[in-house]
Amino acid sequence: MQPYRKERLDRGAKVRTEDIYALASLRDLVYALGPRALAVIALLIAPFLEPLIGVYWMKVLLITLVVSLLAVSWDVLAVAGLPSLGQALFFGVGGYMTGYLNHQFGWPPGVCIPIATVAGAALCTALLTPVLRLRGIYFGLITLALPLVFSRLIEATKILGGTEGLSGLDPLPNFTLELYLGIAAVLFFAFAYRRLIESDYGMVLQGINANDRVVLASGISLTKFKVEAVFLAALPGTLGGALLTHHYQFVGMPAFAMEYSLLPLASAVVGGTGTLVGPVLGAFILTPLSEVLRSFGTLRMVVYAIILVVFAVGVPEGLLRFLQRKYHQFQRVVPVEEVAWSDGSGADLADRRTA
Amino acid sequence: MIESALIYGLVNSLVILLTALGFSLVFGLSGIANLAHGGLYIIAGYLTWILLKRLDLPLVVSIVLAILVVATCGALLYRGVIRPIKGTTWSEVVSTYGILVCIVEFFRWRGFITYEFSLPPFLKGGIEILGVSLDYQRLCVVIIGALLLLALFLFSHHMRLGLALRAMAQDELTALSVGIEPNWTATVSMALGGALAAIAAVTLLPMGLITVNLGYDILVIALAVSVLGGLESLVGLALASLLLGYAQILVSTFVGSHWMEIVYLVAIIGVLIFKPSGILGKFKELEERV
Repeated sequence: MQPYRKERLDRGAKVRTEDIYALASLRDLVYALGPRALAVIALLIAPFLEPLIGVYWMKVLLITLVVSLLAVSWDVLAVAGLPSLGQALFFGVGGYMTGYLNHQFGWPPGVCIPIATVAGAALCTALLTPVLRLRGIYFGLITLALPLVFSRLIEATKILGGTEGLSGLDPLPNFTLELYLGIAAVLFFAFAYRRLIESDYGMVLQGINANDRVVLASGISLTKFKVEAVFLAALPGTLGGALLTHHYQFVGMPAFAMEYSLLPLASAVVGGTGTLVGPVLGAFILTPLSEVLRSFGTLRMVVYAIILVVFAVGVPEGLLRFLQRKYHQFQRVVPVEEVAWSDGSGADLADRRTA
Repeated sequence: MIESALIYGLVNSLVILLTALGFSLVFGLSGIANLAHGGLYIIAGYLTWILLKRLDLPLVVSIVLAILVVATCGALLYRGVIRPIKGTTWSEVVSTYGILVCIVEFFRWRGFITYEFSLPPFLKGGIEILGVSLDYQRLCVVIIGALLLLALFLFSHHMRLGLALRAMAQDELTALSVGIEPNWTATVSMALGGALAAIAAVTLLPMGLITVNLGYDILVIALAVSVLGGLESLVGLALASLLLGYAQILVSTFVGSHWMEIVYLVAIIGVLIFKPSGILGKFKELEERV
């Protein structure tokens, strides 16, 4: 039987639009910019759809945006070789910080949220800095432990409202503003970090992941870059926590719940790690799914965990890369040619070329 | 007072040792961070309970069956999940973590959270040592912990299989070149890790209730001990357990029992700052930690 193999080739439009020549025709321009423009426009008009799909799904949209922020945060860490298992840490620190400022000093959310975002990220960085001397799994394990320990600590010492939490916080002026803040944050962080990862700075981070000793040998301080990566990654996470805290007007021990660790992680893995936009895609698939499954109690955690394992083991590239491949390339089946062994002189190659 | 602190510190140390043994051994012997360790632990607990209470099997039979089943689970976990992705750190961490969540939340969903879930002790009653009353189960913990440590030491230093596992951990290429099969050794070490998790579960769980959150807590303890003791030496592991065990008893006596949890975190961070290779760790220093 004649053996066949699959062959993938770039579409013509992809090759044409890789360059400035994309501007030559409107069709190519649409091909090049269409998908991301569509995604951005869909996000921007989503808050206007409230009469169509109801307030409930608008709230789901807000949660989805927050999960997206946490997933982007996970991905930045993963790019630098620091897989986190406790995104709830960022969420909880951001939430508690804005909650405390608002509760204690009565500052408005407009002041609390930015402060909590930056100061919270700095606090998380300070907490994680001792671990950064080590690689990979130690970081993951510490991030797994920190939210657990925090919620235990709050429960035991009754600081920050103890098990009751801090309630009666000020909300943002209106819900649409909250949604647009979330949307702006997701778009900004996803695209800005995507650009950052492709810059020279991002190359160093990727290098730390790929082979840290080479980076070390180039005279670059690993710790400095890792600390900066953690800070950059913590920013969207703490912002997400702060946003949702003011939406619920409450912050308590659920802020360190497993769900805020697992859902972003699953989103990032499903969407495609290292793409920064993929995790957002993943969040937009998984979070609504989580709402559908809400009536099943913790079964939904089992479902995410299974999705997570299936994607991590079976589809490590993630959905975004898969879709990109389908968009940019086509596939066909071609017969496998018989390969003649070369004697190294190159004569046979020459023969084939002339034939 | 002092006698009581000494004896309960020792018991606490061996509880910690037993908890961490499976995780630390797998990590030390095959470089796999098996985060599902906590999951295997609670599977063993609930499985023993089901065999004992629902199927009315004798305690010994249930325990042996549970150990065998959980060891098989460990081996299958390697074959099914870890082998395809071995070498990619984040995938290993993420997928074993996924398995852990899956197991823990499954039990939570099935309602394994009430007070009826507890295992009977091996022996009822207790004795007095130095004027401190100690029940037989805690005595069993000390004895089993010490025996396991000794057995594992003999296994990994004097038996072919144990030596093969350690060779794999120390220098994979050299181990390959003398004909040690990497997948086989990793499978064996995962099965061993599962068995150790099960032994720890059936020994420790009679002292309290079986709760699903143990799945996560166990992992934090295992991590603290592994980081503190360094990953490749059983002696380091034992020392770290003693240190943590006594530190916890001291903290709970003088500061308050709420703060016992914090001991783990402070220990981890302290060690990472001052001696990142752990108390006795040596050769993994460069490779793992840069």
